[in-house]
Amino acid sequence: MIIDQLSIFLNNAVGRITEVTSTLSEAGVNLKAFTLSESSDFGILRIITDNNEKAVEVLKANYFAVNVTKVVYMELGDTPGALYNSIQKVSDAGVSIEYMYAFSTGDAASVVIRTEDIERCNALIEEV
Amino acid sequence: MDRAKLRELQSERLVKIVKYTYDNVQFYRERMDEAGVKPSDIKSIDDISKLPFMQKKDLRDYYPYGTFAAPLKDIVRFHASSGTTGKPIVAGYTQNDLDNWAEGVARCLTAYGATKDDILQVSYGYGLFTGGLGAHDGGQKLGATVLPMSSGNTSKQIMLMKDLGCTGLCCTPSYALFLAESIAEDPDTDIEKDIKLKFGAFGAEPWTENMRKELESKLRIKAYDIYGLTEVSGPGVGGECEYQDGTHLWEDMFYPEIIDPVTLQPVEPGQQGELVFTTLLKEGMPVIRYRTRDLTHLIYDKCRCGRTMVRMGRILGRSDDMMIIRGVNVFPSTIESCILEIPEFNGQYFVTVDRVKNVDTFDIDVELRPEFYTDNMDKMLNLKARLTMRLVSVLGIKPVIHIVEPNTIARSQGKAKHVLDKRQFKNE
Repeated sequence: MIIDQLSIFLNNAVGRITEVTSTLSEAGVNLKAFTLSESSDFGILRIITDNNEKAVEVLKANYFAVNVTKVVYMELGDTPGALYNSIQKVSDAGVSIEYMYAFSTGDAASVVIRTEDIERCNALIEEV
Repeated sequence: MDRAKLRELQSERLVKIVKYTYDNVQFYRERMDEAGVKPSDIKSIDDISKLPFMQKKDLRDYYPYGTFAAPLKDIVRFHASSGTTGKPIVAGYTQNDLDNWAEGVARCLTAYGATKDDILQVSYGYGLFTGGLGAHDGGQKLGATVLPMSSGNTSKQIMLMKDLGCTGLCCTPSYALFLAESIAEDPDTDIEKDIKLKFGAFGAEPWTENMRKELESKLRIKAYDIYGLTEVSGPGVGGECEYQDGTHLWEDMFYPEIIDPVTLQPVEPGQQGELVFTTLLKEGMPVIRYRTRDLTHLIYDKCRCGRTMVRMGRILGRSDDMMIIRGVNVFPSTIESCILEIPEFNGQYFVTVDRVKNVDTFDIDVELRPEFYTDNMDKMLNLKARLTMRLVSVLGIKPVIHIVEPNTIARSQGKAKHVLDKRQFKNE
């Protein structure tokens, strides 16, 4: 399915991630997934939360540069080959993946995919 | 006034002021004696090049009263420069000096199209800084209504700007930009409906054409330069006209020259160099051939507005502000104009120069406009590469660009501080 992900631009400074997490925790927002990609002087923190509206509101109020990005979210059985089957469909169709990240919750795994063609990627994955 | 008549007037006034300073100020007497020039050698404005220069250091060395020409009983006001590098420069004004200063500012306001029907919001700092009271007196001289706002307290600035219907804004261009951003972010203020500003008189720091475009579009105004300095009098030594094609200098009061800052010789008319002023009417603290450190050029052609008074091009920087990085001369204003050429950047910047293992480091922090902080790292890295390439081609050396979070770079409400040079040079 297509869901919203929040992307937060962060200076490469000690404690900046702590400030994001404390802002969200004070607002009672729960983090479902979390990944950080970084260049030499800034990072983009990507998060999926249980309350995006609230998260955006408190982050903006605290002067964070945050924006909302559409991503494809899927749940897979936590078994060998589960990811391969889905990803193969996407790559066979010529949809290129900008980035993805995954997290396992024990017996299931969740995968987040960002591509230029969200609708198509989602359709391909839902066919599986 | 045609230029021949103007030259006569300048000559007459120069002869008087040289005699006046020689008679009343020991500093000038000593300097002229050292240079072997007598007041009687100065017969016309062409003789000005015989006179010795003075600089900021002289005003500091003779602090506080050493360069005053009028007795304290005739001095009615002091102003002082910020003095971040030691003792401040203290200027003393007689009532005539204040009247002439106000006249200079009023001429600028008139050139911007202001009349007694205008309401001027003066958001320069009031106090020792000449900006606040200078603009204030000039506005009153014109007969306009003056709101002595001073700097700071941005929300109140916006509130009164709206409620009183201010039509003119006087402040530094960087503070104007900050106000413009604050207005844009204020949900209760609609720039079209609530703000009545028509023009801005921006000065006290160098700014660029790009900044003008930005201020004009954000504040829906015409943005004009006002030029001046405490040592010469204050803001209103000159100002732009409706054609925004150079800053007219009121050279019947403040005589400008351009010299080569290295050889100290006057340059050919129109050539670039350091601006030097002689105050032709000042009584309190006259200056003779004062080196401003501002780098610019003068345009003597008659302006389309009809004014014959000389125009000054944009200030390209200060010979003081010039940084020598890896042997290359770098002006902050050059960096600023490169940044403003790329619309994704918001124009804020901060330069840090250091020396690590005998090599100069050159780092520039920049911010993006809010909508360009995206999820797409490649796009942001591309912007960084574009700016780096632009700066390399203009400056000849390569800075390290850092895109930082919005509002990370400190906004100034007075003169913008854009540079931190951490290099420690010995033997200086």
